[in-house]
Amino acid sequence: MAEITYRQALHDTLREELLRDENVFLIGEEIGRFEGSYKITAGLLQEFGPKRVVDTPICENGFVGLAIGAAMLGLRPIVEIMTINFIALAMDEIVNHAAKIYYMFGGQCPVPLVIRTPGGGGQQLSATHSQNLEVWFAHVPGLKVVAPSTPADARGLLRTAVRDDNPVLFLENLALYNTRGEVPDGDYTIPFGKARVMKEGHDLTIISYSRMAVVALDVARRLEQERQLSVEVVDVRSLRPLDHETIVNSVKKTNRAIIFEEDWRSYGVGAELAATLQEEAFDYLDAPIQRVAGAEVPLPYSKPLEQAALPSARQLVEAVDRLAIRKRRVVYA
Amino acid sequence: METRQQRKAAAHGAGPNTPGSPASLLAGTDRETLLNYYYQMVLIRYFEEKAGEMYTRARIGGYCHLNLGEEATVVGFCAGLEPDDYVYTNYREHGYAICRGISPAVVMAELFGKKTGCSLGRGGSMHLFDIKRRFMGGYGIVGGQLPLAVGAAFALAYRGAREIVACQMGDGTTNGGPFHESLNLAKLYRLPVVFLIVNNQYGMGTRVDQGSAVPDLYRKACAYDMRSERVDGTDVLAVLEAVRTAARIAREEREPSLIEAVSYRFRGHSVVDPDRYRPEDEVRRWRERDPIVLYATRLKEAGLMDEATRQELETRAQQEVEEAVRFAEESELPSVEELYDFVYAGEGGR
Repeated sequence: MAEITYRQALHDTLREELLRDENVFLIGEEIGRFEGSYKITAGLLQEFGPKRVVDTPICENGFVGLAIGAAMLGLRPIVEIMTINFIALAMDEIVNHAAKIYYMFGGQCPVPLVIRTPGGGGQQLSATHSQNLEVWFAHVPGLKVVAPSTPADARGLLRTAVRDDNPVLFLENLALYNTRGEVPDGDYTIPFGKARVMKEGHDLTIISYSRMAVVALDVARRLEQERQLSVEVVDVRSLRPLDHETIVNSVKKTNRAIIFEEDWRSYGVGAELAATLQEEAFDYLDAPIQRVAGAEVPLPYSKPLEQAALPSARQLVEAVDRLAIRKRRVVYA
Repeated sequence: METRQQRKAAAHGAGPNTPGSPASLLAGTDRETLLNYYYQMVLIRYFEEKAGEMYTRARIGGYCHLNLGEEATVVGFCAGLEPDDYVYTNYREHGYAICRGISPAVVMAELFGKKTGCSLGRGGSMHLFDIKRRFMGGYGIVGGQLPLAVGAAFALAYRGAREIVACQMGDGTTNGGPFHESLNLAKLYRLPVVFLIVNNQYGMGTRVDQGSAVPDLYRKACAYDMRSERVDGTDVLAVLEAVRTAARIAREEREPSLIEAVSYRFRGHSVVDPDRYRPEDEVRRWRERDPIVLYATRLKEAGLMDEATRQELETRAQQEVEEAVRFAEESELPSVEELYDFVYAGEGGR
């Protein structure tokens, strides 16, 4: 066990996978000489050379398509999209090609591809640089989407992603890069489709992913200390495939659920999670499922506006309060 | 060793070769091969006419785009490559699939949506595929196949392999971003890829000069300092020579090329298109340059194909198409139990 940053966990894993498998290569804008916009790939060009660490021109559709084509011939590309916002330019190659090739051609040609990209707001990068677009990809059969919230998960899920034979969107988060955490030693992997119970509890469940899961855990610990509320926190980690069992079992135990997400509320990740819970745990719910999500605006630049638009710990606590009131009603009726 | 000029001159019947020998058409090519090109062109013609007929009889669904009028381009392109080269195409690809060795029966079965089809009935007319023959797919999105082809060439260069990638596209593709991104990447990384524009002069109903500020499409390669040329797409041997040269340069020098082959679509964009946007006299003029008739005449004039041989080849092609239809008709449809197969690789497919 060592305590390292989320950034370091990603960097080390990329390096190890490059060492492990000759077919693995990195490709993206500014990942080599510039060492990556967020320095995840720092030093790798120097160590592995331009064959394995490929700088591209600014052409997301072109180089993502190139990576898909290379994967069709058996290489295992790891693409970096500088931020998820730029992925819109590559949608055709991801949705119409990467996600379709295995199925549409009758299972003849897998596409072992990882697309790493950070999402999220809060850095005053405004509307075109602060989005949470992962749900676009989670919607599409043929893609997998994972979103680690800790250095340990970043490492284990990235290893799994690189070794998976399918196209994987690997969601990072700008505000998580400098966070620290214990990372197990050794060549461990984390299977996709397994949520993680970050903290056990019995009064209510908060379901989240990526940066919001970290905020949720913090809120849950505070509520336990300050109000003796026992809050369970589940990090789904994997949006597609989604671990129904863990979230359903948690809600069966606590009978109350809040979904805490940074993406927009409408048609968002929370909508899918809430629908799943009412389908599979309807009889166990003692209160309507709450969703705490981003305000439905293009994220503004100015600090107070930006903060008002992002889902916050305060909003999460308010949602807990709404559920707690219902609990008392049930208990004392 | 002949120079390229000599070969070109020979191809036009003005070279030092004796008229009446195969070399008077294309040096280094024997009669059997030259006749096989004719056979393939005729096979595509019959196959596509039959596909159109089967579409109107509701045996084929979705969209169905035919290679009618483009047979010389299709056959010349495929013949200019080696058998282990990789091919990517757009959605007008039945002929390419057949010329790369997928049997017409298996292609027809795919059009019929049968489990014996080359994509197991999952793809249809626009998405033919055969990994064994390195036919890496027909693609339904205009321009979608270009970055993929560049990536396949990247993988070959990565491994130091000697195969190359050939990537076909339509004229309308040259106006979109994927074309420009792909040419830039191919040249920048010096990848072994040959791009072929099938300029049939219309992207659906839009004439080339109505969609492209530079209607000489081959000239677009100059923006990327890439070698390019325009060839007569109704001349199978001209296309073959251009592709063979480009393939050699890709293989030996790691230089990509762009070839524009100009021909004319004999029918509408797809089977359902009534084709009301093209002037009648234009259609008539181009019909007079039927690539199959042109090539038959050259073979006859060179003394390589008499009337009996032509008849025999055409009858054999017709029989192969009839057999393809019979195979497709008799094949089973996929079971709905298999609906979720192949969504994901390596998990029982599901």
